[in-house]
Amino acid sequence: MMAGAVHPILSVCPSRALFTEKFRVLVENLPPGLSVTLHSLHCSEMKDYWEAFGHYVADNKGTVDVSQEASLGGTYTGKEPMGLLWSMIPVPGSKEHAVLFKVDVETPQEVLISVFQGHLSEGFRQKPPLASVVAERWSMAPGLKRIRVQEKEIEGILFIPPGPGPFPGVLDLWGYEVELTECRPAMLASQGFVAFVAKYVIPGRELKMDYFLRAFEFLQEHPLVISNRVGLIGLSQGAIVVLNMACRTEAISPRCCVSINGSHLLMEESSVTFWKKQFKMKEHTILRNEQNHVTMRGLTLPLPNEATINMENINCPLLLVVGEGDLNFPSAECAELMAKRMHTAGKEHLLTILSYPGAGHILHLPNSNLVRISRYRLPCFDQHEIMLWGGHPKPHAFAEEDSWDKILAFLKQHLYPDPQSDPDAAL
Amino acid sequence: MARTIAMLSVHPSRGLVDEKFRVEVENLPPACPVTLHCLHRSEDQDHWEAFGHYCSDHSGTVKVSEDESFGGTYSGREHMGLLWSMRPVPGSRRGLRLRKTRVDFPMTLLISVYRGHLTAGFRELPPVASVVAERWYMAPGVKRIAVEERGVTGTFFIPPGPGPFPGVLDMWGGGGGLVEYRSALLASHGFASMALKYIDPGDTPTDMAMGYFETAFQIIQDHPQVTSDRVGILGLSFGTSVALTLAAYSQISRPRCCVGISGSHAYPINRPVAELFGEMGMNEKKMKRDEEDNVIMRNLILPIATDPAKKVDVGRIECPLLLVNGDDDQNWATTESAEDIANMMSVAGNKHLLTTLTYPKAGHLIEPPFTPHIRASNFIVQHSKEKVIMLWGGEPKAHAVAQEDSWKRILNFLKEHLCIEPTLAPQAKL
Repeated sequence: MMAGAVHPILSVCPSRALFTEKFRVLVENLPPGLSVTLHSLHCSEMKDYWEAFGHYVADNKGTVDVSQEASLGGTYTGKEPMGLLWSMIPVPGSKEHAVLFKVDVETPQEVLISVFQGHLSEGFRQKPPLASVVAERWSMAPGLKRIRVQEKEIEGILFIPPGPGPFPGVLDLWGYEVELTECRPAMLASQGFVAFVAKYVIPGRELKMDYFLRAFEFLQEHPLVISNRVGLIGLSQGAIVVLNMACRTEAISPRCCVSINGSHLLMEESSVTFWKKQFKMKEHTILRNEQNHVTMRGLTLPLPNEATINMENINCPLLLVVGEGDLNFPSAECAELMAKRMHTAGKEHLLTILSYPGAGHILHLPNSNLVRISRYRLPCFDQHEIMLWGGHPKPHAFAEEDSWDKILAFLKQHLYPDPQSDPDAAL
Repeated sequence: MARTIAMLSVHPSRGLVDEKFRVEVENLPPACPVTLHCLHRSEDQDHWEAFGHYCSDHSGTVKVSEDESFGGTYSGREHMGLLWSMRPVPGSRRGLRLRKTRVDFPMTLLISVYRGHLTAGFRELPPVASVVAERWYMAPGVKRIAVEERGVTGTFFIPPGPGPFPGVLDMWGGGGGLVEYRSALLASHGFASMALKYIDPGDTPTDMAMGYFETAFQIIQDHPQVTSDRVGILGLSFGTSVALTLAAYSQISRPRCCVGISGSHAYPINRPVAELFGEMGMNEKKMKRDEEDNVIMRNLILPIATDPAKKVDVGRIECPLLLVNGDDDQNWATTESAEDIANMMSVAGNKHLLTTLTYPKAGHLIEPPFTPHIRASNFIVQHSKEKVIMLWGGEPKAHAVAQEDSWKRILNFLKEHLCIEPTLAPQAKL
């Protein structure tokens, strides 16, 4: 091999990390002042290719530190340590409306990070990089157990942290999808909670509220769960469900509840029936743009009191996370209405609202890319539609990172007994 | 049932073997005595453990990286004590050494926190909490390639990316076999490193001599992803004799730099390796045994030969040389050798190439950091095939310091001499 070649040194640290953790991408040994492009590439389980890139200039020591310096252009700009992940977009030529998400949570997501000479915006496949490294992003911490649950008519996936336990528990409900999204409960278990994500759609069955209440009880009764330390977290449809559950205090006693882009719509029937009913009443509120992309946020407005849950019944701390750019749910309006109801009931001390300008509907884990638009089918539609979820990449990424830290702090505060003040707590 | 309230975490939960991790316990009652415990089951199914005694602070927190251990297998403020102070659990077989064979799988550690200050009974008592940490020798993207060409056996580890990369010929000592983990770690730091097999505990070819090592070096240089004039040599123990021989005499192999760990310039490879080991065997009377019947081999090469034919003529070396030694090395007389090497190079006028690191109370097996210190372990003596327990020397804490510090210095040394600085090379281009 030729002599005299320069060796730029590219490193990503840590090279193996949990999905929600940060990494530091550093290039050294470059000629000072050299223009370079940092590039990330990932091949998803669906065989789509995703990339992100930022433009940098090596400093007088020949270094580019992505955590410290501003990207001058690319899929992200400014000082963004994790921009190479959250700003990922489909590579040119990809199929339309591809969505990036991890199905198999037991294997890592592999990201190839490269440094190229010059400020490039395309042609990354054709040009050899100066250097590359691989970063692994894991959904599960080592030692976690993933267990498929199918008992007492409850179906779902249970994630159990290592150790003797018992642990606080979290019932985690995602948006309305046939396939379970396991990343978030896996990440919650990686933080020391027993997390259970229950199935929404079981062929041949109408899953109504009592199914979810029984899922909660299943979790409470698990031998590794502290029965009076079980919380709820839900996104989108899952948020509607957990809010409905939280006010069913005659049946269950959640210790706390997190609702992400949800609403306090009363859901007495199954999700399928619920959405068909909404659609029948208010089909005219669904907006379609000139490309026939669907904005659904008007569907559930206005919200008369009788169509909503008895928020006054809620006895536990409640955290509402709102993406103000949500095009799918009127999350901000609902949060405001919920706040008014709690205030009227004298329970505003239980409520915390986190509201993020520019964030969309699908507020996932930190470092996830923005799903602004995708093919989707609700039971009220005859076929898949192109749904607009909203959000802009940078503020959405900030919302994901900030809300996750706060959600974890909230769950830990309310689900982990404080040895200093809790008489039940004992070592 | 008693409630688990403690929140135990290890960060990062997956790291390279030479990276530090932070172990923290939160949500304890204040001033609560606890034991942090680390358990590992080796590939040989032996159990290793380490533990430290702590007391939570006013906020109910223990941070291993900041707090003092009051006792256990380590004491004081020891960030990585739970790793480097590991030893076989009571009742284990004698003479164990912890070495990773499958480098594409991580070492798995179970880290637990127990009530009170315990020194035994960790299996019988339930911990308050546990977490799992993985320690990897291979960074993601590193390629492992078996080498079996031109009569040479080894394993090549290539970093991810297009390259080209600086290269390293990586050799262990008289224990023989094909030991991959250090090369895997070097590749994780950007070096294309080949672990070389040259002694087969069962059957070393009788004709293996310097030509074998020159061929191995050539194989590295010839690799399309290696910069041919940026290849160094790293040797431990007998591997140092090989490294010094190549550096001093080879017309074919011109290493850019050399690292010799726990080695000597004795036994130049001017004859087949098997013959050299046979000769070592004939000096058996120089071997001593301590009160536990462990074999001390350090006198084998003492006194340092004055006859030039019996040692590598280090005055001929033209590349930077880094020697790493422990002054409690009971296996080779490395400090005496290093002194003689320095004298010879001084006389020859190339002493400016030499850097010597001597670590007080460190032993012979100076390995990558945060791995347990092995004072003595099972060994099969090459020429006689006798099974003994070889004394390597060193004390745990001092040896841990030597491993951590020397590894940083070795990596910096390799980077300095094998990676060009772009500002210094006018013809350098990307």
